[in-house]
Amino acid sequence: MPPSPPGAGAPSAMPLRVTNLCKRYGGVVAVDGVSFNVHAGEIVGLLGPNGAGKTTTINMILGVLEPSSGAVAIEGIDLARHRSQALAHTNFAAVYAPLPGNLTVFQNLRFFGLIYDVPRLSARIAALLAEYDLERLAGTRTGLLSSGEQTRLALAKAVLNQPHLLLLDEPTASLDPSAADLIRGRIRAMARERGCGILWTSHNMYEVEETCHRVLFVSHGRILLEGNPKSLPAEHGAATLEELFIRLAREPLAGSTTSDGPTSAPGTVHA
Amino acid sequence: MKLRPIAGIALRQLYLMRSSPTRILPMVAWVAIDIVVWGFMSRYLDSVSGGKVNFIGSLLGAVLFWDFFTRVMQGVSMAFLEDVWSRNFINIFATPLLISEYLMGLVSTGITTSLIGLIVMLVLATAVFGLHFLALGAMLVPCLLVLFLFGIALGVLAAAMVMRLGPASEWLAWPIPALLSPFVGVFYPLRTLPPWMRAIGHLLPPSYVFENMRSLVAGHGYSWSELFVSVALAMLDVALAAWAFRAVHRYAVRTGLLARYSAESAG
Repeated sequence: MPPSPPGAGAPSAMPLRVTNLCKRYGGVVAVDGVSFNVHAGEIVGLLGPNGAGKTTTINMILGVLEPSSGAVAIEGIDLARHRSQALAHTNFAAVYAPLPGNLTVFQNLRFFGLIYDVPRLSARIAALLAEYDLERLAGTRTGLLSSGEQTRLALAKAVLNQPHLLLLDEPTASLDPSAADLIRGRIRAMARERGCGILWTSHNMYEVEETCHRVLFVSHGRILLEGNPKSLPAEHGAATLEELFIRLAREPLAGSTTSDGPTSAPGTVHA
Repeated sequence: MKLRPIAGIALRQLYLMRSSPTRILPMVAWVAIDIVVWGFMSRYLDSVSGGKVNFIGSLLGAVLFWDFFTRVMQGVSMAFLEDVWSRNFINIFATPLLISEYLMGLVSTGITTSLIGLIVMLVLATAVFGLHFLALGAMLVPCLLVLFLFGIALGVLAAAMVMRLGPASEWLAWPIPALLSPFVGVFYPLRTLPPWMRAIGHLLPPSYVFENMRSLVAGHGYSWSELFVSVALAMLDVALAAWAFRAVHRYAVRTGLLARYSAESAG
């Protein structure tokens, strides 16, 4: 499939398709046959306890970790075969990947803007500095920013190339409730107005319920459950999403089914 | 290959140099000290030898060439290490950036920083010690090209080594030029070396540069065919180093080393 330039046009109907993704380290299975899609304009929450395989999955989608088997397609472009073209349509923000602290806010945006080959970069940076309330910090070194300011910058960088697929790994982890609320609002607007597909990981179940259209529960490298975060708890006899999360983290569901996928392993439900 | 991502890598280094004198100082300070020390040493040797040997030309010229080579290598390595020090691997390698673009960005940085060092050395060596560098004539072009290419090759190889062995292996990269210097005959002819060292020296492109420079300064001319061989060897080394970096990157992506590199540092 001929790739389109980054940021060009509207996202396709399905910015992300993950098929039977596996990652093994010797005898340890980190991700075990994970399959799911993210549709345009959809915010999908990837939930699970620490070590469940969320970040491993995201790293494989970002091309910094090679799957043992399975496939990732971004905007229909096979990541393994056309890495550069596929990644031109995506971007990310993650707490474990801070932007270089020795560059200023402006320099970081310019640096990554050039790396992503963003057209009309100066205008794009000016717009993002204004949108993410970073104008007065443009000349400040990133390492000197507060957590909230760093998160805003990470998000500004994550949308620099107007990605069709955005990967956010605990983007609001270090934010106060007010700042987190503002960030969630911006991300929802991105999905709604630009049709960007978003894959989001978080341990904040309130946030997930408020933001995500769909959630995938991951444990031991498998997707156990999938559904609407608002209705899912009741469907599984839990009072809240948090209660369901705790139950799944401690004792994975047995024999459950999802809306659009067959069970392929005992106690496992695939999306 | 796109130009803007390459420019981005080089621009990042420019930003860092502009904001931090500690990055600029080593580029000029060490080469300046080398030229001053070896300049006086050459002047002294000139005086005691009664002008029989042109020490300014052979010794100081060799120091200048060798320092240029090490600056190229360090320029490339330093640009890579910026990503190690700032835990930037995931940010860099989760982008559409091609490995070839990344390496070209590192090389562009190496060109800039080494040229700064070369200019400082030339000005000092010419103005203070009367080194007639341009007297080397047309031979200068292949000599500088060889040192430049070999510096790039070793810089890229050092980057691959640090990526493969982890941030702590950085200290292994810095002594590489010192380890090679006995074999390339910076200050003495290769025939001085025992056969096994001479054999290694012949595989190292800079050895041809120093041999021919000494020959020219001594009035014996130089060999275009030898310089051609050294350029070809240096190009082969660049290709091998790029291949090694690519192979290490693939290994790092396959094994999770690249993803953990950042996570480990952050932890």
